[in-house]
Amino acid sequence: MRWINRRPGRLAAVALAALPFVLALIAYAVASDLRRAENPADKLLPAPARILETAVNLATVPDRRSGDILLWLDTAASLTRLAEGAAISAGLGLGFGLLIGLLPGVRAGAAPFVSVISLIPPLAILPILFIVFGLGELSKVALIVIGIAPVLIRDIAQRTAEIPEEMLVKAQTLGASTWTILTRVALPQVLPRLIGALRLALGPAWLFLIAAEAIASTEGLGYRIFLVRRYFAMDVIIPYVVWITLLAFLMDLGLRSLHRRAFPWSGPAT
Amino acid sequence: MSFVSVRDIFQSYGPRPILERVSLDVEEGEFVSIVGASGCGKSTFLRLLLAQERPTRGTISIAGAPPAQEPDRDRGVVFQRYSVFPHMTVRGNLIAAEEFGGAGVIPRFFGARRREAAARADEVLGRVGLAHVADQYPAALSGGMQQRLAIAQALAGRPRVLLLDEPFGALDPGTRLSMHVFLQELRAETGMTVFMVSHDLEEAFKLGDRVLVFDKPRWDPIEPEAYGATITYDFDARNGGVPFQAAAAAARALHEPQREDDHVPAS
Ligand SMILES: Nc1ncnc2c1ncn2[C@@H]1O[C@H](COP(=O)(O)OP(=O)(O)O)[C@@H](O)[C@H]1O
Ligand SMILES: [Mg+2]
Repeated sequence: MRWINRRPGRLAAVALAALPFVLALIAYAVASDLRRAENPADKLLPAPARILETAVNLATVPDRRSGDILLWLDTAASLTRLAEGAAISAGLGLGFGLLIGLLPGVRAGAAPFVSVISLIPPLAILPILFIVFGLGELSKVALIVIGIAPVLIRDIAQRTAEIPEEMLVKAQTLGASTWTILTRVALPQVLPRLIGALRLALGPAWLFLIAAEAIASTEGLGYRIFLVRRYFAMDVIIPYVVWITLLAFLMDLGLRSLHRRAFPWSGPAT
Repeated sequence: MSFVSVRDIFQSYGPRPILERVSLDVEEGEFVSIVGASGCGKSTFLRLLLAQERPTRGTISIAGAPPAQEPDRDRGVVFQRYSVFPHMTVRGNLIAAEEFGGAGVIPRFFGARRREAAARADEVLGRVGLAHVADQYPAALSGGMQQRLAIAQALAGRPRVLLLDEPFGALDPGTRLSMHVFLQELRAETGMTVFMVSHDLEEAFKLGDRVLVFDKPRWDPIEPEAYGATITYDFDARNGGVPFQAAAAAARALHEPQREDDHVPAS
């Protein structure tokens, strides 16, 4: 049988999916063993058992100085910033995207401006944000918003403009006003797309969050990683990275299932 | 003045004339079929009737009203595709037909008003044979069912004229025949004035009281796009069924320019 026609069974598919993860873990364990055989005090690739132990401590033992459990403190701080940034961006994306996509007058005025804004590298204006908004929460949330809102606005505007003319005409012949078309025809049709766009934007959002936390913060997942970097504390950095990856994965999963449950009329989420 | 009065319409896109000198009078309750070669401007004419576009020159008036500036409730429409709202259930599509025209700041009915609208919607769905799919989304419906819903929705808005642009063009022949019956019944019930663009001559003669042929009256072999199309034939298609001579003449009328069309790149 040709390879293009050989499909793995369900069990084989699960095994195949797990295989790269297992291989990566084994590769790490072997490399770690080799390095520590040479130098027992090696910090670069700590033993898996050591990483696990540190991870458990981070998640359960309160910090000696502050009394906070660091992992949860950092997670709460980062997720709050991320959620605020994402929510504000989604609101802006939906509001401006719908208006730009639906109203030719707004499109003429705002589309070129949004295109130019979206070309600004957000990290390049991070110093401006720190100067204007100070080193507090506002500047970090602002960086996420500046980083992902233009993309969301453009995506929603594009999707709104792609609504078939026939459908807009049909709504008009039923007596719909601009407001009715906006709220009853355009909005519900781009909402699924907003979820999709948000899923794509979460990657950059994490990037901007960690960058802002690395530079000026007192807690947060990104802050911790960059803090302990000075001590080569790979046993802290690796669990944090794994944790961030897991959080990102769960968010994506959540948005995808929201898409499926909230919009049964639209196609499957990809 | 006639019910639908089209006076000396010209329509060009940029320098390119599409329609020229189109004049037409249609009485209330007439069913007008429109045929013509692909790309000759049938849909353009329908868009003008719909007031989706304004003509370069000339006026269109329905029921004596001044020429419309944009689509309104006087004009119901069904296109070949995208004529129902995919994010609403079948029943929701019919309720929306009422909500869109009758709601205030919040374009949605609540409470008793919604229940009444839902009851009316269900009654219509029963009549058009869609009661069993009332709670489904259009994507789950066959093409014929979607078009039946689209027509029912357009009629729920109680328009003065119904405009159909190749409404059955994407349907298989069997479904098409049952759609003809469906449309004829609805029409007998409502006495609606209908304009239907079709690429099927038989369908045009079967359903229409009149069949209009759009074609270019003048032809420039060097510059085929120099002139627009107009109504070149206006057949009487009443007396039930198809008068053979009329159909044959229409076929010839369609066929001759099409042969010349072979030299023209498809538009
Ligand atoms: N908005 C537009 N801008 C420019 N050209 C158009 C536009 N709409 C239609 N046309 C052109 O006008 C001609 C007539 O189109 P149409 O009315 O759709 O023909 P049909 O008879 O097949 O329905 C076509 O050549 C088409 O390319
Ligand atoms: Mg057409």
